[in-house]
Amino acid sequence: MTDSPTPLDPSRAKRLAAEYGLKPEEYDRVLAILGRTPSLTELGLFSVMWSEHCSYKSSRVWLRELPTKAPWVIQGPGENAGVIDIGEGLAAVFKMESHNHPSFIEPYQGAATGVGGILRDVFTMGARPIANLNALRFGMPDAPRMKQVIDGVVRGIGGYGNCVGVPTVGGEVDFHPAYNGNPLVNAMTVGIARADRIFYAKATGTGNPVVYVGSKTGRDGIHGATMASAEFSADSEEKRPTVQIGDPFAEKLLIEACMELMATDAIVAIQDMGAAGLTSSSVEMAGKGGMGIELVLDDVPQREAGMSAYEMMLSESQERMLMVLKPGREAEAERIFRKWELDFAVIGHLTDTGRIVVRHKGAIEADIPLAPLESEAPLYRRPTAETPKQPVLEANAIPDPLGIEAALLRLVACPDLCSRRWIWDQYDSMVGGQTAKRPGAADAAVVRIEESQEKGGARALALTTDCTPRYCLADPEEGGRQAVAEAWRNITAVGGQPLAITDNMNFGNPEKPEIMGQFASAVRGMAAACLALDFPVVSGNVSLYNETEGRAILPTPAIGGVGVLEDVGQAVGLALPPGAELVLIGETRGWLGQSLWLREIAGREEGAPPPVDLAAERRNGDFVRAQILAGAVRACHDASDGGLLVTVAEMAMASGVGASLLPPPGGIPAHAFWFGEDQSRYLLALADAAPLLEAARAAGVPAMRLGKAAGGDLVLPGGRSISVSSLRAAHEATLPALMEGR
Amino acid sequence: MMRAGIILFPGTNRERDMALALARAAGRKPAMLWHGEADLPAGLDLVVLAGGFSYGDYLRCGAMAAQSPVMRAVREFAGRGGHVLGVCNGFQILCEAGMLPGALLQNAPLRFLSMDCHMRVERSDTPFTNRFQRGQVFRSTMAHGDGNYFADAATLDRLEGENLVALRYTTPEGEVTEAANRNGSARSIAGILSPNLRVLGLMPHPENQVDPAIDGTSGLPLFESLAASFATA
Repeated sequence: MTDSPTPLDPSRAKRLAAEYGLKPEEYDRVLAILGRTPSLTELGLFSVMWSEHCSYKSSRVWLRELPTKAPWVIQGPGENAGVIDIGEGLAAVFKMESHNHPSFIEPYQGAATGVGGILRDVFTMGARPIANLNALRFGMPDAPRMKQVIDGVVRGIGGYGNCVGVPTVGGEVDFHPAYNGNPLVNAMTVGIARADRIFYAKATGTGNPVVYVGSKTGRDGIHGATMASAEFSADSEEKRPTVQIGDPFAEKLLIEACMELMATDAIVAIQDMGAAGLTSSSVEMAGKGGMGIELVLDDVPQREAGMSAYEMMLSESQERMLMVLKPGREAEAERIFRKWELDFAVIGHLTDTGRIVVRHKGAIEADIPLAPLESEAPLYRRPTAETPKQPVLEANAIPDPLGIEAALLRLVACPDLCSRRWIWDQYDSMVGGQTAKRPGAADAAVVRIEESQEKGGARALALTTDCTPRYCLADPEEGGRQAVAEAWRNITAVGGQPLAITDNMNFGNPEKPEIMGQFASAVRGMAAACLALDFPVVSGNVSLYNETEGRAILPTPAIGGVGVLEDVGQAVGLALPPGAELVLIGETRGWLGQSLWLREIAGREEGAPPPVDLAAERRNGDFVRAQILAGAVRACHDASDGGLLVTVAEMAMASGVGASLLPPPGGIPAHAFWFGEDQSRYLLALADAAPLLEAARAAGVPAMRLGKAAGGDLVLPGGRSISVSSLRAAHEATLPALMEGR
Repeated sequence: MMRAGIILFPGTNRERDMALALARAAGRKPAMLWHGEADLPAGLDLVVLAGGFSYGDYLRCGAMAAQSPVMRAVREFAGRGGHVLGVCNGFQILCEAGMLPGALLQNAPLRFLSMDCHMRVERSDTPFTNRFQRGQVFRSTMAHGDGNYFADAATLDRLEGENLVALRYTTPEGEVTEAANRNGSARSIAGILSPNLRVLGLMPHPENQVDPAIDGTSGLPLFESLAASFATA
């Protein structure tokens, strides 16, 4: 028995450090902290904990600028997930996380384990998951391998979510060539807990047992976090062994077992084993509590024979949790996990040494002080370069090459606007029996809370994911502002009170000043919107190095928004009811810069994106929400991608009811009026527009009549018309044709 | 008042939906029964095998659950004339356990299908359908990867001859068409009955259509039928 780890040969250690992604100056810090050359296990531990993925070393200085506080915030960023008070003694627990790199290498498992990982982040905190959402960015379907990626990602999300029995209720999808070599898979989970029963990762109590539960540890996913912190190259296919394999059945059992144990008071701290597996969970739990931790790896349930300490500490095998129990509660906990046919093992205990000590086969494999692992972690304020501002395009200077009806038909069928039915038909959106607004039914998904129903309430959550990457590329600050505003708007459009967001920051290589500049600007824009809309960030995830062969993705700060409705019956959808009068809320200037019309019809991706006036956003949204909650509104849809006419068409296609539209006001070219993407607008369908128009006038909210719902055609001013059924046919045909050739 | 029990297998995931539906129709919460129990509680009127992925659907959907201790008890319960409802994975388990004929194959499009469907009630003189009219069409939702009902021609003929097809996929107007039969089920069969009419298996999820605030109440009559069947029991 030795009492200290066996150091590597110094030259080999240096070479391995570089191979594991540690920069030379970072490796020097390792040497300084240890005062010697690290062992193999220690080197692995440092390299994953200091990877971009785990340490946020390039992004932390910027993320501090985001507002994270509000009276209803129970837990902001820094825990497994964010927690907000939603009334009735209940809390919503949620987070969004990326699984971009694995999903490109192995689409099904990459996406599936993305869902599994984010579920664990949420139920770790004591919340039963009630909804999954996602935000997906794909390359063009005709790009190499892309169909296979799309198919695998959708199957993977469905395969995992459907099996664990958590409904997949919403999401968004964009297609752009910038994602051809690097698609984005961002998965979000929302759970419900009692506000006074939240579980945290902070470990306390010297001598308390450290317990491993869930599935066994195998060799899958070793160095996944490091892989997720590097650019892609042509040999990325060779990284398939770093992708984890998911078992949603084990996850379902783990949820039920954890919920059962959490109903007792046996748990001191709990953390899922996600990226960097046993390493990050043990380091973070002990670190947060200012404790030390000692692990005996011989006791770790193992799937394969002959695993080394290095492999076990770095494995990213799925469906595993680490817990610290109160002393003497092991038998009670073990009974529960055995009942659910899961592994249970005491693998160590907390110490007062402030060090992590890893023992295996009688030897010490790692002995590292925890404080410097955190405090000495690299932190970079990397150089930034601002994205040059693009000119504001004048609508009058952009001729309409196609005409309004033809443009509408083409837009509703283009990949970014076509029906997502092919995707959501593969996701169980109803399991749980609480989904009031399914995908396609409303601007945000609406899920009633069973715990509220049990007490005679009808409280519901309104949930959405949003980002418009083409705006972010043109102007990252405006794009960041718009992403947050659109999430707020989508929750508002169903009648929800927006409460908080989770963010998933997907960007390219931060070592390039223009990329770091995109990041910093996007954060600035997001922060402004969060402040103005009382919509703080409570959790998030950063995914950098989203590049292949040096080409970056569009900057994509995906936002997951959560709002609350006191009564699920007050939620409105977007389907146009027959006979309803249409009123447009918000100002229309005909902003064509960065619009989908400009890209799809005029073939140009240029100009400044539409600005978001946050004061107008707040005023318009608060007005619309109040009208919905007063029962005045029968349907509501925000006007976003594709502009006003696409908004009308989407409402019409949802119900099959047409509409006659009034002529636009003078001064704006027709194509700019109908297809411009001015922000902060809502289209309302009402039985009687007059009182609402009066109320809008009194509130200083821009409002105008747009037409009336009737018949089966969209009738444009001047009498030309297009049938809703032909719009639907075009809208529904695109994805099945792209994916299945039908 | 109806006494119902829902069997929990590892991987069952629509037990809460089912409990809400049964409680709404019958005014009493069902009991939750663990798969490892060899006996059912006394006095049960109805055993429900709910949807989900019992044992992860590994091996074959429903195959492992069909071998669990509690299924011996469920088979005996049905043998004594007890009522059993199997929905989705529950239907698969009933077929695997030999309590209903046929099997559920992978959906014809080889994809998981989660969507609205319409079903025509083929007979209303059963404990499960007495609150429907014969020929009535109601909307429900399906959510399954393996719901493609299959049996050999002789079995299908027998089912039809003995009037044991309870529910068929149709258009909203009640027509049997290929397009309305998304999972490709033989003869558009969505649900079948045992010869004594006391065991029903179906793939869609009427338990998700029992609440006006969620997805309407078009599935509620199925549970009200059961509640009515046991109202005086």
